[in-house]
Amino acid sequence: MTANTLNDTNEASVHDSTTELGHDEHHDHKMTGLKRWLLTTNHKDIGTLYLWFAFIMFLTGGALAMVIRAELFQPGLQLVEPDFFNQLTTVHGLIMVFGAIMPAFTGFANWMLPMMVGAPDMALPRMNNWSFWILPFAFAILLSSFFMESGAPNFGWTFYAPLSTTYSNGSTAFFVFAVHIMGISSIMGAINVIVTIMNMRAPGMTYMKMPLFVWTFFITAYLLIAVMPVLAGVVTMLLTDTYFGTSFFDAAGGGDPVMFQHIFWFFGHPEVYIMILPAFGIISTIIPAFSRKRLFGYSSMVYATSSIAFLSFIVWAHHMFTTGMPLFGELFFMYCTMLIAVPTGVKVFNWVATMWRGALTFETPMLFSIAFVILFTIGGFSGLMLAMTPVDFQYHDTYFVVAHFHYVLVTGSLFSIYAGAYYWLPKWTGHMYSNTLSKWHFWCSLISVNLLFFPMHFLGLAGMPRRIPDYALQFADFNKWVSIGGFAFGLSQLIFLAVVIKCIRGGEKAPAKPWDGAIGLEWTVASPAPYHTFSTPPPQKDIDNADQHEH
Amino acid sequence: MGKHKPIWLVLVSLVFINPAWAEMRLNLTEGATAVSKEVYDLHMLVLYICTAIGVVVFGAMFWSIAFHRKSKGVKPADFHESTKVEILWTTIPIVILIGMAVPATHTLIAMEDNTNSDVTIQITGSQWKWHYKYFDQDIEYYSVLSTPREQYQNQQETTVEKGINYLLEVDKPLVIPANKKVRFLITSDDVIHSWWVPAFAVKQDANPGFINEAWTNVDEPGVYRGQCAELCGKDHGFMPIVVEVKSVADYEVWLEEQKQLIVKAAEAEKASLSDSMSMPELMQLGETTYLAHCAACHQPSGLGLAPVFPALKGSPMATTGSITDHIDIVVNGKAGTAMQSYRKQLSLKEIAAVVTYERNAWGNDTGELVQSANVKVVSGDEQ
Repeated sequence: MTANTLNDTNEASVHDSTTELGHDEHHDHKMTGLKRWLLTTNHKDIGTLYLWFAFIMFLTGGALAMVIRAELFQPGLQLVEPDFFNQLTTVHGLIMVFGAIMPAFTGFANWMLPMMVGAPDMALPRMNNWSFWILPFAFAILLSSFFMESGAPNFGWTFYAPLSTTYSNGSTAFFVFAVHIMGISSIMGAINVIVTIMNMRAPGMTYMKMPLFVWTFFITAYLLIAVMPVLAGVVTMLLTDTYFGTSFFDAAGGGDPVMFQHIFWFFGHPEVYIMILPAFGIISTIIPAFSRKRLFGYSSMVYATSSIAFLSFIVWAHHMFTTGMPLFGELFFMYCTMLIAVPTGVKVFNWVATMWRGALTFETPMLFSIAFVILFTIGGFSGLMLAMTPVDFQYHDTYFVVAHFHYVLVTGSLFSIYAGAYYWLPKWTGHMYSNTLSKWHFWCSLISVNLLFFPMHFLGLAGMPRRIPDYALQFADFNKWVSIGGFAFGLSQLIFLAVVIKCIRGGEKAPAKPWDGAIGLEWTVASPAPYHTFSTPPPQKDIDNADQHEH
Repeated sequence: MGKHKPIWLVLVSLVFINPAWAEMRLNLTEGATAVSKEVYDLHMLVLYICTAIGVVVFGAMFWSIAFHRKSKGVKPADFHESTKVEILWTTIPIVILIGMAVPATHTLIAMEDNTNSDVTIQITGSQWKWHYKYFDQDIEYYSVLSTPREQYQNQQETTVEKGINYLLEVDKPLVIPANKKVRFLITSDDVIHSWWVPAFAVKQDANPGFINEAWTNVDEPGVYRGQCAELCGKDHGFMPIVVEVKSVADYEVWLEEQKQLIVKAAEAEKASLSDSMSMPELMQLGETTYLAHCAACHQPSGLGLAPVFPALKGSPMATTGSITDHIDIVVNGKAGTAMQSYRKQLSLKEIAAVVTYERNAWGNDTGELVQSANVKVVSGDEQ
């Protein structure tokens, strides 16, 4: 497969150097219209597809959240029935995790990894095409269940048995099938990332010369390969429990509903890091660029990322402190979870040290990155609080948890995605984005996201459980503000859509390297990046210049 | 900034003068037990530590943002590594974490000590109510949300005022004595629920087929409210917990009352066997019982909620089917579905009335009457 690919791209490079037109005519890469996108094996095209898909899913999941916040605007049931409310929260979670954040990062991986390691394409381009094109079907299946008699999955994105088995509304089969397809897609994507990084780095780029961005995606891909099969296993057990009379999770047949949670969270906790490690990579690229200073502590960043990945496998049961674990188990998982604060702290300290005595400018990617560091750290603080078992008994399953993971996933992962998108938009489109509009996007998002999620901490501490369609009167005032913040945040994301469309259609021409402090092989090629890059490996000089580690 | 000051003052004071703030809580409750106070202290400790770290880290960041900007003409430094610093900021957090782990371990060990209890109560969650059973006392009862439907079904404009304990009130609260160690054995009949009373710092999952333990020892008599904390289906938001803590003397009085009530209920059951109720009587009692216990799933209209909760209106089960089968389903529930057993939840008379109601309401009009004696035949001696 790899040999074929290389052959393919060699052929392409020959055509590139002779006549662009002749190349277009018979090379399948440049078909026009729908076929180009359906059959493409080009990493840039597939990256674009992933990014657009993720954004569309983000708007879809966001629309569901808008309905949730509208229902919670005031006490009482006004708009939706409780059962439909549960469908909304469930599908909102599934879409945002599997449809928005993860595909967006895969989009970044596709676009940037080959360019960053000086490779002509991903190692397995046809599989790359597949891993994208099965995704829309997965989500079509998931979303279509809204229109069936059963309704959509209503058991929470964590689908705890037996609510999702014996007591399910009949949507379990669609749900399981959709998750299987998402899992296959992720595994194929991860294999591609690993093979590309291991085999296709330009000669002279050793592992410790790779940009930190590449390192984080590398480690993330290993996490994916390790845990996606576990997810596939647990949904299959769910399926057979529901439809084929097994009793994995049914005490009446010798099973155990808590075992479901152990298996699910053995997938679920590394999954959390799957959604944040790439963010660390993006932020570690952008902060040095706009501080005009090398990344502080490159190797400690690599080790911290690896430690976080390792620890992520031995902390899963901190999601389950109230399930009736033995004292020893609770202590073990509490200590391990607290330990994660150490490598995470190292990362934050390194970013701050990178900014320290730099020469800072505040372009939109940098603004999002600074907001990331502060707000992600706030999410980290609440994570540390949640790690303490005795207090977790109070926080667990309240809005405090909702606040925590939205700080980590929205102001964390999503903000890093925005930072990365603004940073590389000139490379992707060949145009500079509208500075004014992008600043509007940033400030509107920043203010509204905090209005949306910060009061949730107070709601949780005051005792509001999560996943309820109606609440006691003392929670009314904060919920109103949270909803207003939610609507504002939702609307603000449309500004981003406007910026991107405007940027694709035109604007100031972008130079090959629009950011004076940026390093990396991607800035050595023209903007927009040519359809084929690095058909011949980059010179050692460029690789050395791109090195975040030594200079 | 200076000339905007008055506007800011007005805005800020408007926010704080708002009377709603007075009753709004921002922080975790200190609770009503020694353990809950320890938990609160732990929460505050971690909060202060995080705030302090935040001030230092964000302070350094904002310092850079303010003073190390290119527009001020600074030249970037070129340091990018320091093993010394890396070791320092790995070790200091570890020391801080140990400082947090020690008190946390201490509190956790205390919380998990379920021995030497004075009173034991079994708590069983089911969709969407709690069942309390006092060990060695023969007292057991269900506790169900008592907020009237009109208060929360607001799809149409309504003028119904919401009560002060909206969604946090039940028909029969759990009653426990103050200053006694009360142990809870927590389990579930169907899906996973979670029994949570913030004032006790007790949150324990109710797992079907397994029993979890928790305990509390409340200092002051009073009423404490909580909610189910684990998503358990449609009405997860509508299964509150109310605990009434009484002084030991009052608790003893309450126990006596309950025992007398049980005797009276048994007598009433016996009497109802020979009783023959008229259609209007049965329909009236049937409607009340139906709305309280059945309407959450089968809906007041009898149309159910497809596909999980079947319609009763026009259903063969409630029209042409045999009365015995109908009673059987109500008394024993239906295995593998959400239909639970009402044997212990309703009296013979109530079951008779509700079956009559279901067979005659919404145009089902079978004209059939069901009496307590008919139910007794199906339910047998266990009643």
